[in-house]
Amino acid sequence: MSVAATASGRVPHYLEAGKGIKSWLVTLDHKRIGVMYLWSVLGAFLLGGLAAILVRTELWSTGQTIMDANAYNRMFTLHGAAMVFLFIIPSVPAALGNILLPIMLGAKDVAFPRLNLASYYIYLVGALFALAAIAFGGVDTGWTFYTPYSTSDKVANTAVMMTFAAFVLGFSSIFTGINFIVTVHKLRAPGITWFRMPLFVWAIYSTAILQVLATPVLAITLLLFMVERTFGIGIFDATIGGDPVLFQHFFWFYSHPAVYIMILPGMGIISELTSTFSRRPIFGYTAVAFSSVALAIFSFLVWGHHMFVSGQSEYASALFSFLTFFVALPSGVKMFNWLGTMYKGSISFASPNLYAMAFMFLFSIGGLTGIFLGALSTDVHLTDSYFVVAHFHYVMMGGTIFAFFGGIHYWWPKTFGVTYNEGLAKIAVALQFIGFNITFFSQFILGTRGMPRRYFNYPPDFEELHRISTIGSYIVFAGFLLTAWYLIASLRKEKNAGDNPWHSVALEWQTSSPPPVENFVETPKIKHGPYDYDHPDAAPLVLASASSNRKAS
Amino acid sequence: MSGSHHDNPYLAHHFDTPRQQLEANKLGIWLFLGQEIMFFSALFVGLMIFRSWYPQMYHTAAHELSVPQGAFNTIVLICSSLTMALAVRWAQMDVPNNNRTVFWLCLATFALAGVFLVVKYFEYSHKIHVGTLPGKFFDPSNPEFPAALKQFDNAKLFFGFYFCLTGLHGIHVLAGMGVIGWIMVRARRNEFNSKNFAAVECVGLYWHLVDLVWIFLFPLLYLVG
Repeated sequence: MSVAATASGRVPHYLEAGKGIKSWLVTLDHKRIGVMYLWSVLGAFLLGGLAAILVRTELWSTGQTIMDANAYNRMFTLHGAAMVFLFIIPSVPAALGNILLPIMLGAKDVAFPRLNLASYYIYLVGALFALAAIAFGGVDTGWTFYTPYSTSDKVANTAVMMTFAAFVLGFSSIFTGINFIVTVHKLRAPGITWFRMPLFVWAIYSTAILQVLATPVLAITLLLFMVERTFGIGIFDATIGGDPVLFQHFFWFYSHPAVYIMILPGMGIISELTSTFSRRPIFGYTAVAFSSVALAIFSFLVWGHHMFVSGQSEYASALFSFLTFFVALPSGVKMFNWLGTMYKGSISFASPNLYAMAFMFLFSIGGLTGIFLGALSTDVHLTDSYFVVAHFHYVMMGGTIFAFFGGIHYWWPKTFGVTYNEGLAKIAVALQFIGFNITFFSQFILGTRGMPRRYFNYPPDFEELHRISTIGSYIVFAGFLLTAWYLIASLRKEKNAGDNPWHSVALEWQTSSPPPVENFVETPKIKHGPYDYDHPDAAPLVLASASSNRKAS
Repeated sequence: MSGSHHDNPYLAHHFDTPRQQLEANKLGIWLFLGQEIMFFSALFVGLMIFRSWYPQMYHTAAHELSVPQGAFNTIVLICSSLTMALAVRWAQMDVPNNNRTVFWLCLATFALAGVFLVVKYFEYSHKIHVGTLPGKFFDPSNPEFPAALKQFDNAKLFFGFYFCLTGLHGIHVLAGMGVIGWIMVRARRNEFNSKNFAAVECVGLYWHLVDLVWIFLFPLLYLVG
């Protein structure tokens, strides 16, 4: 790969390019905007995580433990809304995607840098409204804001503020999506054909399509909810001929694709990690690339599987159930291709790859239990139980969050130029992986035994499993606190990572770490793909490190 | 900007060629229009669902809307699309005083948008007067409330949709007037020529979409009784 060498006379990197708070607040550099997003979403992750710990602590014993039923309802709504709207949806695309997408394409920036900065400030405004809704008493509807409960007098008017927050956050997501689609189409460096793009870019691109086409439907749904709640126009009000289930249709028309907005970028990260840490070209590149697009398309056709017991017609339910099984195909394609990549590879057990392997294990369980829930007759028994809670946490947390943290660890040297304490990182992954399984596997069992989700109280028989789950959640929390500690500690060290600590042949590692303001000193000319560990240009680097890895393992 | 790899003042630092920049801008605005269509789609779908459930009520309620006023506004908006399209054409041409023509054409578009809103104001005032308003402001006890609607207990659904759809469309018209005003200011500064017209073209595309939404709204609300 012929990229201008930076060894002679180092160009100032993007973190040095301006000093002071103002140089960050008005920056148009995609990497700085990505870093601001990164800290913001991690703050939201902490907020949502603390709420989760309080929810689990309340469930330690039957009856009231630390808070009353109303406070509990607000707490799990806070957990859900913060995790979904403030953390997971913007996490990988807006933080890592912003930092990496233009570098991976050899571009100087995203297509619309001002729109990019605007999307960050829109995110902040949305976050402020969400925090205000919490400060003014909170919301107890659950993150889905289902009518008719959410439009009834039983729910405080802070629900309008919370939905307005989600409405605003949606536009932040739409602007990010528009930016990424245009960047991928128009700003690829010479030589980067569609099939030389990293699979992370394919995943982010598929996600961006969903962000642009699905999010506006959520926006209009929440707007109608606000109008309904404020003026009583009747569209969701059954007493005058409206239809509360219409809200669910509209809501899931966005929120099911949103599940893929959350998981697809995570899958993209796993493709990068698997190839780099197995030192092999990705197996079935084209299949993995198109499986992202296929997931994006299928995700628009399955929203009705959230409504099997909401009174939609049996014919619609049967069709949605049938279509839901199709989602398993592209997911399976990815999973087997990752395994095929690792097969006979020189596998490194560096912490990012531990996250990737944890992802594959946990996402398999999450995905397969999704098949159970997609089957009509099974779903009728398991719906709204802890089985569903465990299923989507295996996908969202075991999937997306493990992938996100794998990505953070992998690209930490790229972003900040420092390495973290690898020993502590391995301990943290172990704590998170073990704690996660203790927390949520017990919830699968609770669900099959009949524990309904969102309940404040439960029969004494369930206490033991609830306590196991709560202990697991504390272990996970300890694991993430450890991660926070060694990552923050690493920033105080001098920039010691080197340009390419993982010996990757992907384009983003061929510039300096951290990269200069416009990413490359000269526009790179790309002669091979991001995974071509067997390409002659990339060979010397790979052979050296691959042999040392083999000795180690 | 720090790039200094090109001298074209209209070319942002992260683009290599003016053509690349223009194509990026146009793709961006088309994607934005795509999300606008999805934004309005839920309201259209809801309107059609309720219309199929309560055809008699919709038929009767639609007769309370003024077809002449709606038709007049349709013509107004189509004319405004013509003046906007001409403005885009003039912005692309390197002829003397093309910016002055762009300015006047945008002013005409702006004025037609204003006419549309004035007619909308008269339509809304009439509904306020007779009590056919959305939600809790819906008032069948108003002495001038249309007699034909009194037989339906769900007529407020129709007016809920009417005000949501036309209100959101009206907000888009206002936003359009804002960005057309911005183009007028830039035309006053003689900014547009064959190398720099993307802003006019993007605003034009947005304005055509606003027009197009109305072209669907008018038959669905006023004509399909």
